[in-house]
Amino acid sequence: MFHNLQELRQSPSLATKVFIQRDYSEGTVCRFQIKFPSELGSRIERTLFEDTVKTLNTYYAEAEKVGGQSYMEGCLACATAYFIFLCMETRYEKVLKKISGYIQEQNEKIYAPRGLLLTDPVERGMRVIEVSVFEDRGSSGSSPSSNVSSGISQR
Amino acid sequence: MNNCEYQQIEPLSLPNPTPPPRPAAVEEEEEKARRKWEVFPGKNRFYCDGRFIVAQQSGVLPLTLGLILVTTVLFFVFDCPFLVKHLTVFIPAIGGVLFVFAVISLLQTSFTDPGILPRATPDEAAYIEKQIDNSGSSTYQPPPRTKEVVINQQVVKLKYCFTCKMFRPPRTSHCSLCDNCVERFDHHCPWVGNCVGKRNYRFFYTFIVSLSFLTAFIFGCVATHLALRAQGGRGLIFALQESPASAVELVICFLSVWSILGLSGFHTYLVASNLTTNEDIKGSWSGKSEAEDTGNPYSYNNILTNCCSVLCGPMPPSLIDRRGFVPVEQSSQTVSMEMVLPMPAAKEIKVVGGPTPSQLPPSRALQVPSSPLPATPLSLTGRPQFSCLF
Repeated sequence: MFHNLQELRQSPSLATKVFIQRDYSEGTVCRFQIKFPSELGSRIERTLFEDTVKTLNTYYAEAEKVGGQSYMEGCLACATAYFIFLCMETRYEKVLKKISGYIQEQNEKIYAPRGLLLTDPVERGMRVIEVSVFEDRGSSGSSPSSNVSSGISQR
Repeated sequence: MNNCEYQQIEPLSLPNPTPPPRPAAVEEEEEKARRKWEVFPGKNRFYCDGRFIVAQQSGVLPLTLGLILVTTVLFFVFDCPFLVKHLTVFIPAIGGVLFVFAVISLLQTSFTDPGILPRATPDEAAYIEKQIDNSGSSTYQPPPRTKEVVINQQVVKLKYCFTCKMFRPPRTSHCSLCDNCVERFDHHCPWVGNCVGKRNYRFFYTFIVSLSFLTAFIFGCVATHLALRAQGGRGLIFALQESPASAVELVICFLSVWSILGLSGFHTYLVASNLTTNEDIKGSWSGKSEAEDTGNPYSYNNILTNCCSVLCGPMPPSLIDRRGFVPVEQSSQTVSMEMVLPMPAAKEIKVVGGPTPSQLPPSRALQVPSSPLPATPLSLTGRPQFSCLF
């Protein structure tokens, strides 16, 4: 694991970071803009990227859905003076875990082979999806993207 | 995946972490991995190794607790025996339940993260600055830095926070006492010694409602007690002489019940219309203009739905990850960022997109932020779940 991380650290250098901002058109619910940033133009297909963001938005909508289950959770929590949170994971947290898994999977399968890396929005206060763009050193012997993908496939 | 997570946590959670082998450029690495609460930039205090968070000024929280405790203890000691004998044993039971609810919700309001937004990372701040500069303001002086968004067909202005270096999401406000941006900021309450925001509003509401019931209940019971004692022509003075503590309770409850009941009523109105105190005071949606379409864009226009979404909605986790560990590269990152060119130059480099970063001296500035690489997978899994509870 550390061997791979070292490779990632040493070989590719970060060219830039792109930040996908929040979309507030539907209020304060967590939703990210599906607009494809120009900086990623040649690195990844638009549809792939938009699918990722749309899926993330769906997950967040599920986490924040105000419905039967959240009412039950809220009422139960109130009745137990909120001590229930010590024993039980909230639905939001469960969905956040799913999101981490999804982002990790997307990084492994789609983004890292293209020299990109998504950062989980929860690491950035749910404000942005940070996309790290690594420079594409096609001239060097071992290109960083292949390092990354080979490193990851070793896991 | 689970095995992978476990392995990734290990190096950071070691008590004597010698960090994994690093490029030689980093000499400033800490001997001990620090938790994020230790480097938190806002004015907050943390207890139990980051499990509990309060504002720096505790305000009058000790007074609030003291008043509630003293009044209730006096009630149980001096009034309940008489009332149990003459009326019913349910009186101390009800009093006990209300007292427990009030104190627990008070402590939760005080020690819960109200919904603090972590400050923008330097990269994020630079990206936003670039966007502001590019978005075509032709005048030289720095614009007021607002951004307009349309929420439910209503135009809402988002302000730029100079402290946190980001555009504040809707309903977020910066608390000057705590020096944090807080989501769905209601107000900073000195009585609980904390801001009231998205994550602890329900606790605050439970607190004031249960406290108003408790105060009214004690007031009623003490009045009944004194009335019963004064029966038979013996008079109120006689009753007060027999039970002087009741006089103390009467005074405290009488003085506070009006304000607390008033506050409960006010917040019930706010909950029913999905407003915050901040918005109500500023008159954000009160329709100062004649136009009919200025209304609260966040309201569901249904009292019950508003109440349920505010009080029973999903509990979002804390975003500041107090008990997570600071990635070692971040401490080195801050050091090396000081050594590189000032922000505008770095910003320009990023605009270019770095086709030939080897030619540019601040390439180190570009490389160092590769710290998210290990931080991302490691901190994903290194977040202890309990940190999200408060």
